[in-house]
Amino acid sequence: MSRDVATFRVKAGLAEMLKGGVIMDVVTPEEAMVAEAAGAVAVMALERVPADIRRDGGVARMSDPSMIEGIKEAVTIPVMAKARIGHIAEAQVLQALEVDYIDESEVLTPADEAHHIDKWRFEIPFVCGATNLGEALRRISEGAAMIRSKGEAGTGNVVEAVRHMRSITGDIRRLASLPEEELYAAAKDHQVPIDLVRDVAARCRLPVVLFCAGGIATPADAALMMQLGAEGNFVGSGIFKSEDPGRTARAIVEATTHYDDPKRVAAASRGLGSAMAGIEISALGDGLLQDRGW
Amino acid sequence: MVVGVLALQGDFEAHAAALADLGAQPRRVRVPVDLEGLDALVIPGGESTTISKGIEREGLDAPLRDLVATGIPVLGTCAGLILLGREHLGALDVASRRNAFGRQLQSFEADIDFEGLGPMHAVFIRAPWVEEAGAEVEVLAEIDGHPVAVRQGNILAVAFHPELTDDRRLHAWLVEKAKVPAR
Repeated sequence: MSRDVATFRVKAGLAEMLKGGVIMDVVTPEEAMVAEAAGAVAVMALERVPADIRRDGGVARMSDPSMIEGIKEAVTIPVMAKARIGHIAEAQVLQALEVDYIDESEVLTPADEAHHIDKWRFEIPFVCGATNLGEALRRISEGAAMIRSKGEAGTGNVVEAVRHMRSITGDIRRLASLPEEELYAAAKDHQVPIDLVRDVAARCRLPVVLFCAGGIATPADAALMMQLGAEGNFVGSGIFKSEDPGRTARAIVEATTHYDDPKRVAAASRGLGSAMAGIEISALGDGLLQDRGW
Repeated sequence: MVVGVLALQGDFEAHAAALADLGAQPRRVRVPVDLEGLDALVIPGGESTTISKGIEREGLDAPLRDLVATGIPVLGTCAGLILLGREHLGALDVASRRNAFGRQLQSFEADIDFEGLGPMHAVFIRAPWVEEAGAEVEVLAEIDGHPVAVRQGNILAVAFHPELTDDRRLHAWLVEKAKVPAR
């Protein structure tokens, strides 16, 4: 029987299966097991969580393959890993390692200041970050099969995630309200192909799954982002920088499922101990991760 | 007609949309009270580990077993096949193998031959297959000798994702079954 592999439907389809779930950053096989036991739908294998990347400085790169392999061995849920923006060779390595998704991520130091990876040339699906609709559609035009709002990773501050999610969903609603003849100018304004603009206007949603990332630290943060239109959440530093990671992870999973039931979000939030220490965005000056990518 | 769609995690919205297309009224099921008065049930695709932990957290295991035991029509897709099997809800007498075809790189689309329905285009994503099935279980489709669609009484379970294509025949089967008073 002939099998068609790596079709866009198959790539985007895995993201469909992750909806309503939480994807957690992990740096060791042990953390991956904690995440899986807490109900994560997938783990993101990386060398340092964004809060540590931010603290340590220097160049942040793809993780050591042996570490990614160790995490693949440790869990049965999908394993994602990050490549630098534009770093074709890192993405090739991750495909060779047979991770389930590649995150072309602004959390790592960009390798190319003009071009993102041509994701159509890969069999592995990609998720990419976006701060607005134009950025999301440019990534999709390059082959991304899933989008996440960027937020500001490693801050434990949800304000940027809120800004980006509201920008994306607000611009989608505006597109859907435009008459056909005004879509051309909208495509020009957003710097994206007209076909994608038409598609978004017709469906009133992105053609791929939209998650939230960057700044979620509490169950209420997770519920907030779902209410604003996220179809699931990435949580990075928020789990393993909290006082009780296993419990925080379970609580964020529960709040993501029951995001529209405040009593359940309240129950999930109770007695979690301290969340990760947060950072005020204005204290970061010009060094925003979200500004990486074009 | 009210069709419950287990909505703890996964692509339950796609199933709800498919059911609404067919004139049924979908209801998202997250807690036991959501199961009351259902005419049929869908267990969607998603991460079976995540959904099974959700079933445990919500106290849905016993109520789901009781509901399925009444003979209500049930459709399970991908993770739903795993969850209906022996290792979880025990409604289907099958042992399934998770991620049987491999990781995401081995996910695929194929044209299968579905017993009684004919050719069907099917999307398999990190899909399971049925490793072993009891005598009551009828195999409806196979890939390379591995069962990927099975039926036992009013329970239909497939390893692929009919909700990701425009083919509504399996949802239509569920809705038709629900019209027949089985209880």
